[in-house]
Amino acid sequence: MSAALASVPAPPALEAVGITKRFGDSTVLDSASLRLAPGSVHAILGENGAGKSTLVKCIMGFYRADAGEVTIGGKVVALDGPRDAQRHGLGMVYQHFTLVENMTVGENLVLSRAELPFVVDFAKERREIDAFMERMPFRLDPTRIVRNLAAGEKQKLEILKQLYLGTRIVILDEPTSVLTPAEADEVLSLLGTMAKEGRISVLMITHKFREVVGFADDVTVLRRGAVVGGGKASELSPAQMAEMMVGSEVPRASVKRSAVEGGAVVLEVKGLRAADDIGVEVLSGVDLLVTEGEVVGVAGVSGNGQDELVEILAGQRAPTSGEVRVGGARYGGTRTEISARRVRLLPEAPLKNACVAALSVSDNIGLRVFDESPYTVARFGVSRGALRRAAEAAIRAFGIRTPSADAAIGTLSGGNVQRAVLARELDGRIALLVAANPCFGLDFGAVAEIRARILLARNEGAAVLLVSTDLDEIFALSDRILVMSEGRIVHETPAESADLGVIGRHMAGHS
Amino acid sequence: MAGASGIGIWGVPLGVLGGAIRISTPFLFVSLGECVTEKSGRVNLGLEGTLVMGAMSAYAVSYLSGSPWIGVLAAGLVGVPFGALHGWLSSRPRVNDIALGIAMMLLGVGLAFYLGKPYIKPTAPHLPALPLGFWSDNAEVRAALDVNALFVLGLVLAPTLGWFFRSTRPGLVLRIVGENAEAARAMGYDVDRVRLFATMAGGFLAGVAGSFLSLFYPGSWNERLSSGQGLMAVALVIFARWDPLRCLYASLLFGGASAIGPALQSVGITSGYYLFNAAPYVLTLLIMIASSSATRTSADMPAELSVLR
Repeated sequence: MSAALASVPAPPALEAVGITKRFGDSTVLDSASLRLAPGSVHAILGENGAGKSTLVKCIMGFYRADAGEVTIGGKVVALDGPRDAQRHGLGMVYQHFTLVENMTVGENLVLSRAELPFVVDFAKERREIDAFMERMPFRLDPTRIVRNLAAGEKQKLEILKQLYLGTRIVILDEPTSVLTPAEADEVLSLLGTMAKEGRISVLMITHKFREVVGFADDVTVLRRGAVVGGGKASELSPAQMAEMMVGSEVPRASVKRSAVEGGAVVLEVKGLRAADDIGVEVLSGVDLLVTEGEVVGVAGVSGNGQDELVEILAGQRAPTSGEVRVGGARYGGTRTEISARRVRLLPEAPLKNACVAALSVSDNIGLRVFDESPYTVARFGVSRGALRRAAEAAIRAFGIRTPSADAAIGTLSGGNVQRAVLARELDGRIALLVAANPCFGLDFGAVAEIRARILLARNEGAAVLLVSTDLDEIFALSDRILVMSEGRIVHETPAESADLGVIGRHMAGHS
Repeated sequence: MAGASGIGIWGVPLGVLGGAIRISTPFLFVSLGECVTEKSGRVNLGLEGTLVMGAMSAYAVSYLSGSPWIGVLAAGLVGVPFGALHGWLSSRPRVNDIALGIAMMLLGVGLAFYLGKPYIKPTAPHLPALPLGFWSDNAEVRAALDVNALFVLGLVLAPTLGWFFRSTRPGLVLRIVGENAEAARAMGYDVDRVRLFATMAGGFLAGVAGSFLSLFYPGSWNERLSSGQGLMAVALVIFARWDPLRCLYASLLFGGASAIGPALQSVGITSGYYLFNAAPYVLTLLIMIASSSATRTSADMPAELSVLR
């Protein structure tokens, strides 16, 4: 197949010069520049909020940059959104899939085209898609419904879609965040091969050094909206890149992990089964134990039943069979049980899952206790004064940055919302703490602090169940690691002897 | 009961069949309209108001112009601005389409009563019926098989809409918008505009549904004309799982259920008449209970419908 492709001209060079973007008063991008050489893989590396997405969105024409220009093949272009970008051979693969779940692979491909005839002849399109798949290095069955594809297959479909559209410069926003390590390697090496063959150039956003070292030719590092370094990926070590990414401030508030004597079993899950919102079984017999003073990390690619497991423990979903015991007694997640057994929860996206955005910081901190003494007045009344005093103490103790205890919690930053939830959940003695991606989307400082608080709770004897899709987090906190795949616990290992490769294989469903 | 003696008890299934066809037509059009709107990811509860407005306009225009078909067209065209208003307002920030729909329903009904006062008395020309019972000497058989042309139009429209959603560009774009607005935006489609057009089309069909009420069955304009067909259509669309062809079957089922009371009365069974008249509503409840689930959401539901704004 390469004989025919050898005649295809190389993709054009893409260059962004001095891109500046302001939202209101804050400058999100400050004169950022980069050059994507034809047929290369270029990584944009940076922390959350470093301006990576904003930069590519300015290139793609989603945002109009306040200053700077973009050139394609040496010509200055001002792209006006995705359709215009497509005409110039630019296409983007987003972090979250932009596929239509209730349609087939073939329909998704056909519909991505800019120019569609009024009546779509699917028999003819089908033949053309089959011919197109023949030329591709990887294939998908065009008749499959997207809803039933695995995450890796969906990501491949996103990439196929770009190639189907004739995109020469593929921009990917954290393309591997929903993939297993093996799937990620496969997708990235496919992209790398196609770039080497001169079919495409690849510009990809990432925060994983592994991907930069393994698959990128060039790298540009962003910090707080400015380019702080870059060059040939082969000439930079992960340590150098890390230093560029985070600068001098690496606040690693580390808590010593004190040895806790083999304690009693706190959480016992037996043969737990549950179905998702459309009735498909997503938990197929989960068994696990968590003892006092132990962090059990549940690793896995998102969508393998972790959400449903956490929802059952939080009382948000009823299991179809199986049982959950906390402290030896059956547990159904009611408010009475949660309070009596001292179960606490740190869900991901805390503003959505653990707060009432329109209520004040003080009210949110008091959500678990407002109807109990000493916060009650005349039995059915609530003492706002008592709630407020407790909240103010918590705000000081947890360093929650808020204008006042009366500010609506929805106006706080993500890190401070999670601190407020921590203040509420970590109050008093805890028997069981369930944490689900507790640091997702938070900045470095907040992450270190939240992890330290979780370890502190463990050291004080709490049993901690940590469900996370971030392997670094699992390794940093866990005493024991479980891997969840397709609704089952498929692997268990003590953290100190855990092997990343083995865990990755189990996450992918291979043992 | 001399008329019924000709066919006796067979009058009941015949009456139900005839009633199914007659009564289902407005259900069919308004549910197809709601189906188009909901496929784009929005709910328009205002179709009841549009339907009553359509009924009034059709009657008035038919009376003034002398042509019932111009009346039908007028009813549809009156529905379009109602749909447009709903579609446009829903795209504004912090507007909830459900609450807006209820307001639009009351607006439509109130406006129709206000503007329709002068047309309660006069008699407007009716829509013609196709005499499919011509082969029979029995008056009752002929009456039951007098099928209105609009019903035939609906019979064609339902599969056509199915094809439209499956194989045409606008139909597919409409589905993308209803399934994943973010993806539609990424493909460069204007989500609000697609929804605006979908709501306008829904308004047109609801208007046409109203014209059937005033121009064929029951066939006059008054303030008690509609019995909630526009609201029932929302339930019908859910029951039909957002499939136009299944909307047709569901409408026929509802029409048949509505005809049970009158059909029984025609053979002399009058006890429980009002109870039988409630059959379609009881059926609605039963279907909703049977198809509901505390833990599942339907996989056929346009995904954007579940997004709370």
